[in-house]
Amino acid sequence: MTLAIKPAPVRKSVVVAAAPPRAFDVFTRQFDAWWPRTHSIGDSPLKRAVIEPKAGGRWFGLLEDGTEADWGDVLVWSPPDRVLLAWRIGPDWKYSPDLLTEVEVTFHPEGGGTRVDLEHRLLERMGEGAEGARASFDSEGGWSGLLKLYAEVADRGGA
Amino acid sequence: MAYADPVFEALSDGTRRRVLERLADGPRSVGELARGLPVSRPAVSQHLRVLRAAGLVSQEAQGSRRIYRIDPAGLGPMRAWLDQFWDAALLAFKAEVDRMEEEGSS
Repeated sequence: MTLAIKPAPVRKSVVVAAAPPRAFDVFTRQFDAWWPRTHSIGDSPLKRAVIEPKAGGRWFGLLEDGTEADWGDVLVWSPPDRVLLAWRIGPDWKYSPDLLTEVEVTFHPEGGGTRVDLEHRLLERMGEGAEGARASFDSEGGWSGLLKLYAEVADRGGA
Repeated sequence: MAYADPVFEALSDGTRRRVLERLADGPRSVGELARGLPVSRPAVSQHLRVLRAAGLVSQEAQGSRRIYRIDPAGLGPMRAWLDQFWDAALLAFKAEVDRMEEEGSS
């Protein structure tokens, strides 16, 4: 078996003008107001993006055709400074209840506003079950899917 | 929005995306990659240089040939995509918070 390279977590930071309670509220309860419409899985366009505001709550997209596409769930709900989300979408762009990668978002007072730190970690778990993951990357929904998404961003960026 | 990321730059080219799609099927030499693509071998080499600089493709010597591959689990591109994805998402988040903040204070 090939030794896989363990990918580093994705870490991002952004500073917003609002204080932590407002920043936390917008990130979670008003998730739909800012979540990019292009960031969705499923066969139908995204109508509404939802983070249920409680531990154990669902994180999902309500699609135009009335179906729901699960993305994960809320592992820790700790307003106004922390929310821990489970991201259960694999490299095949399908929801897998058994896959657990974590997205931790923390809110820190800074100046009069808030620094929001985001870490998406345990990405190596997406490669577990090696052959399965590789197969999915070779499929239309895997590699090609990723490349199409890049192309979409490229087209928008170039406009 | 500016996308100066080397991964993004590398993937913004259609031929390079096709090279990656071919590598997703398995490791290939330059010659094998050039076959079936409407570009010359030197052009494929140039594209591979860009892909390597972005960390998307690695190469190894096999006898006198160089073989190119993407990493076994394919997680490099996944991670790179997530990196872009969260950048875009957080920018949208910031825009919304700051818009509301401005409305609230006016």
